[in-house]
Amino acid sequence: MEKTLEKILKDTRENEGNLISILQDIENAFGYIPENAVNWLASKLDINPSIFYGIATFYAQFHLKPRGKNIITACCGTACHVKGSDRLINGLKQELALPEGEETTKNMEFTLEKVNCIGACSIAPVFIINKKVHGKASADKLIKEIRSIKGSKNEGK
Amino acid sequence: MKANNTVIKVCMGTGGIAAGGSEVIDAFRTELNTAGIAATVEKNCLMHKVGCRGLCAKDVLVDVIINKEKTTYQYIKPEMVSRIVKEHIIENNPVIDWAVGDDYHNFHKKQLKVVLSDCGSIDPEDIDAYINGKGYEAARKVLTTLKPEEAIEEIKASGLRGRGGAGFPTGVKWEVARKQNSKQKYIICNADEGDPGAFMDRSVIEGNPHAVIEGMIIGAYAIGSDKGYVYIRAEYPLAVERLRKALSDAKTKGFLGKDILGTKFSFDIKVKLGAGAFVCGEETALIASIEGQRGMPRAKPPFPVYSGLWGQPTVINNVETFANVPYIIRNGAKWFSSFGTEKSKGTKVFALTGKIKNSGLIEVPMGIPLREIIYDIGGGIEGGKLLKAVQTGGPSGGCIPADMLDTPVDFESLAKAGSIVGSGGMVVLDEDNCMVNMAQYFLQFTQMESCGKCVPCRIGTKRLLEILDRITKGKGKEGDIELLEKLSADIKAASLCGLGQTAPNPILSTIKYFRNEYEAHLKGKCPAAVCKELLTYYILEEFCKGCGACLRACPSKAITGEKKKLHKIDPAVCIKCGACFDVCKFKAVKKE
Repeated sequence: MEKTLEKILKDTRENEGNLISILQDIENAFGYIPENAVNWLASKLDINPSIFYGIATFYAQFHLKPRGKNIITACCGTACHVKGSDRLINGLKQELALPEGEETTKNMEFTLEKVNCIGACSIAPVFIINKKVHGKASADKLIKEIRSIKGSKNEGK
Repeated sequence: MKANNTVIKVCMGTGGIAAGGSEVIDAFRTELNTAGIAATVEKNCLMHKVGCRGLCAKDVLVDVIINKEKTTYQYIKPEMVSRIVKEHIIENNPVIDWAVGDDYHNFHKKQLKVVLSDCGSIDPEDIDAYINGKGYEAARKVLTTLKPEEAIEEIKASGLRGRGGAGFPTGVKWEVARKQNSKQKYIICNADEGDPGAFMDRSVIEGNPHAVIEGMIIGAYAIGSDKGYVYIRAEYPLAVERLRKALSDAKTKGFLGKDILGTKFSFDIKVKLGAGAFVCGEETALIASIEGQRGMPRAKPPFPVYSGLWGQPTVINNVETFANVPYIIRNGAKWFSSFGTEKSKGTKVFALTGKIKNSGLIEVPMGIPLREIIYDIGGGIEGGKLLKAVQTGGPSGGCIPADMLDTPVDFESLAKAGSIVGSGGMVVLDEDNCMVNMAQYFLQFTQMESCGKCVPCRIGTKRLLEILDRITKGKGKEGDIELLEKLSADIKAASLCGLGQTAPNPILSTIKYFRNEYEAHLKGKCPAAVCKELLTYYILEEFCKGCGACLRACPSKAITGEKKKLHKIDPAVCIKCGACFDVCKFKAVKKE
């Protein structure tokens, strides 16, 4: 981890980076913001870790907990909302057995996250499953997709 | 061979890619190869990637142009490519049944394209395509023949107003910045398009990034700045990629950097990625974010043109505003001001979405009646449903009800109707949409995005949302509607920035036009059958065939029933996700 962080620090100094770009680099490198990464950088830069924490919790892009292997992004833009994305999200939560207030399943297989708008409103409702965009989504199509991901994992065992 | 003069254009905006644009391009490459025409033809058979061409609902759209004769195809999938190559490109017989129909042509008829004039026809990743269409001529004209003051005069005369929402006259903003006596000035392009349901700026950057860059160069010259930033959402990876490529190409060609076009003017642009905060679209919050801090707004004045980034004079304009500038300089202020109304000049780009047939990106002259947008361009409502309202301006805006469709779309008229032009989101709602739910949706959004700095917004939006939550759950109290109105007025008056000052608008406008829906909720009914707590799902005996589709789709195992026999939903287990409603082919699932 330290090597990666040293590189991030070096890049930051060379490219007039700031705390946001440091956090973006950490997120890219580790998939989330690990606490000890922040502590390490905070002591190197002589900044209170709470400053990092303040920024990391302010912006939606940063995650403080590790995320699942498969990422499902639900678009919650207006067009998706009027076309029933809420119902679809509830159905997915049930399918993944996600406890209230949690984004990631216990076995770390799936993360279901909501984003404000990905700007593909013409094909609403939109879900992104592992970076592939699914437009004009419906409950049964999504559940099928999730079950096939689950299935391919079981077959691999 | 015939394919020698063939150009194939595949839509590769975010919409096009999501619908499978890259796969279609690959299929064309493979098919042309296997057809054996690649060896002699490939060099001449141009395959363009073009940006958004508007009608995303019909993606993937493909143009096949042979000897300047163009056929546009819609809903193209990779497996359809071989027939197009065989019949159209080899045998010169266009596949008429896949070509676009009247609605595609109607979609374009009443539009007027200034900002989007090159979007969807030129390759956004090719700077020469832009230059060949007179690109960077405006920058050349301004830098080599005009004084900064003259350039500002031209923009002022055109009547261009900021396209980000507030509609402040661009030329006036530049003039104030010009007059600031400061060694360092900054120019910032606000591409933090955060309104849900809006994708105009994304499409402009994806489709024609050089127009934005050229506009920034002209702006920088006018105010006397040598450093610019584009603050863009990280959620738009394709736009970021194309913008970065465009910036580096512009630098190579000498439009950015030191001594541009042989003049003494130097200017460079950096890209700053947003990190997912709606409030950063507010200019002082955006500045804080570029400085690496939490994106919290501060009180104005001083306005950024006096004291902005790092305390220096800073001009912030929206993507679409900058993209207008080169076209104004090229064609003259008079040309631009011949479009639009007395106070709102030019055109406006809108993202037309929701329950509309032709949803997509449109550009119309200011002042066009809303009705023409919905019925002539948009082709009317999906599925023969009734139009209920049109939501404009996103979370800061309001709803225009169906009976006010003749409202002209310009800054003044929409404001008078209780909404705003905003950045350009236009979401069409039909009879199946609940207006209380819409207000709740926007309040959820603004409450979550409130930065927390000022009390009226932080606590006020929370209270508003709580009241809306209980109304949609059928637990509303008498006097709640009046309480919403009172609280809204206070929040509007007392909040620090635009987010809080406009957050109550969706509530106020829905109460104004749809008070009856609020009242119905207080009586425990959701007329549009949207609010979960106020409705139940059940299966109609006379329609159910016992096919089992709903049973398999149900994620909560609330449905029971044997094959070919009536199925039943257990209301105690049902989570009201609607999966059964969506899959039933016999319309046997009812919600009420």
